[in-house]
Amino acid sequence: MASVQISEAEKVYIMHGVRDDLRVDGRGCEDYRHMEIETDVVSNTDGSAKVRMGHTDVLVGIKAELRRPRPNVPDEGYLEFFVDCSANATPEFEGRGGEELGVELSNTLYKVFNSHRSLDLRSLCVCPGEHCWVLYVDVLLLQCDGNLFDAMSIAIKAALFNTRIPKVRVLEDEEGGKEIELSDDPYDCLRLRVGHRHVVDATLQEKACSAASLLVAVTPRGAVTCVRKLGAGSLDPDSIFEMTETGKRVGKALHAPLMELLQKDESLGKKRQKVGFLA
Amino acid sequence: MAGLELLSDQGYRLDGRKASELRKVQARMGVFGQADGSAYMEQGNTKALAVVYGPHEVRGSRSKSLHDRAVINCQYSMATFSTAERKRRPHGDRKSSEMSLHLKQTFEAAVLTQLYPRSQIDIYVKILQSDGGNYSACVNAATLALVDAGIPMRDYVCACTAGFAEGTALADLCHAEETGGGTALSLALLPRSQSIALVQMDARLHQDHLDTLMEAAMEACKGLSKVLDSVVRQHLQEVSVLSRD
Repeated sequence: MASVQISEAEKVYIMHGVRDDLRVDGRGCEDYRHMEIETDVVSNTDGSAKVRMGHTDVLVGIKAELRRPRPNVPDEGYLEFFVDCSANATPEFEGRGGEELGVELSNTLYKVFNSHRSLDLRSLCVCPGEHCWVLYVDVLLLQCDGNLFDAMSIAIKAALFNTRIPKVRVLEDEEGGKEIELSDDPYDCLRLRVGHRHVVDATLQEKACSAASLLVAVTPRGAVTCVRKLGAGSLDPDSIFEMTETGKRVGKALHAPLMELLQKDESLGKKRQKVGFLA
Repeated sequence: MAGLELLSDQGYRLDGRKASELRKVQARMGVFGQADGSAYMEQGNTKALAVVYGPHEVRGSRSKSLHDRAVINCQYSMATFSTAERKRRPHGDRKSSEMSLHLKQTFEAAVLTQLYPRSQIDIYVKILQSDGGNYSACVNAATLALVDAGIPMRDYVCACTAGFAEGTALADLCHAEETGGGTALSLALLPRSQSIALVQMDARLHQDHLDTLMEAAMEACKGLSKVLDSVVRQHLQEVSVLSRD
């Protein structure tokens, strides 16, 4: 990820602050930054969402296509992820520079959304063995300021909520209607270990002080779909347990307000003012 | 006549505009805090995002740096969800490379590169939604981003497309008009000096019509330059009000 260079003195300052539950911008260890979420930003996709968390900006577009289902699961549709680390975020991502990070992020997303607890893939099936909906989820990273996974998973959830695919009934001809796809999908919570305490939603400076981080993907009911350790340092088992617990708690707590917000937004219907980047 | 009628008998185009009417233009500067300059531009349904980094030291090989002026490095890419059919590679294909070269050529004509020898200015443009006039939206957005970054330029660079149907020149083509088989000319203009930074057309057109087409495109560019100017002044007003308080 884009890295920032900080001095030893700054690192010590950040770590001491975290020890006292006070971070550089005044947040507590388990507080998130101010988030701005907007759905239906790009009109020629089937669903889209834009999330801005501090200086991290993520745009997700979803396109649905009819394809043959996978041979081992003929009655389910599937999701394809593609993360594009654009040069907008940092000049290091120009050309093929962002590919490595993009591939790593897409692979993690596959793992997170792969379980049957996260998404009801059966609803994407049209005709078992012959046709199913494939959702191409394209994530565009516009700005990087730490905590990409959280922003991406919130954006993906909002975009999936916003996705509309036609209802297909297979007769001799095919008919269409409109249907909203709702899903019970997981939300990632990235927890970073700074000193002896851990923080949620770290900025780039805090990430530079930490040795390792743990990614926990949690569904609204509290089921954990994926746990992954990132970073070069090592963690002892007690910290991992603690961090998973905190991750579950924080992740679960974020689902409810998010769904409420999305539903309220949805209920505004046509009257909603679309702002996008023009705000 | 079979197929899409680019200009109806009453003088209306496919989307209801008149022949010389431009699409609605909305723009915003300073969209991203981390970049040196950024801008977002909407021209009808085409949405473009431009980000400028620099001037900074030349990255990568030192041999690329020029001793008397700055190097301008452009990258054009499209989001995978920007077109009706999902695009598999955001950049690196031939069309994107060609566009990047065109953008480089356009901005080398406008930016005062002699002021920054041995340095590099990066311009990255991303198309979020494509509905015709991709190049023009990119150029306009990049102009605003350069102004936002404070990089000195000779003049605004405004770009617009123009087409020809039924003996009339159409300004600012949408996607259906561009791919409809008619002519499409892209023009990038420096309005005050009336000098053309880039002109490109790839279709067949009778020589007699070329003047009309270029005139129409230049008129459209002048109209756009007024819009860009108002956006810049408004942005400056907002920013100066905030810093005064």
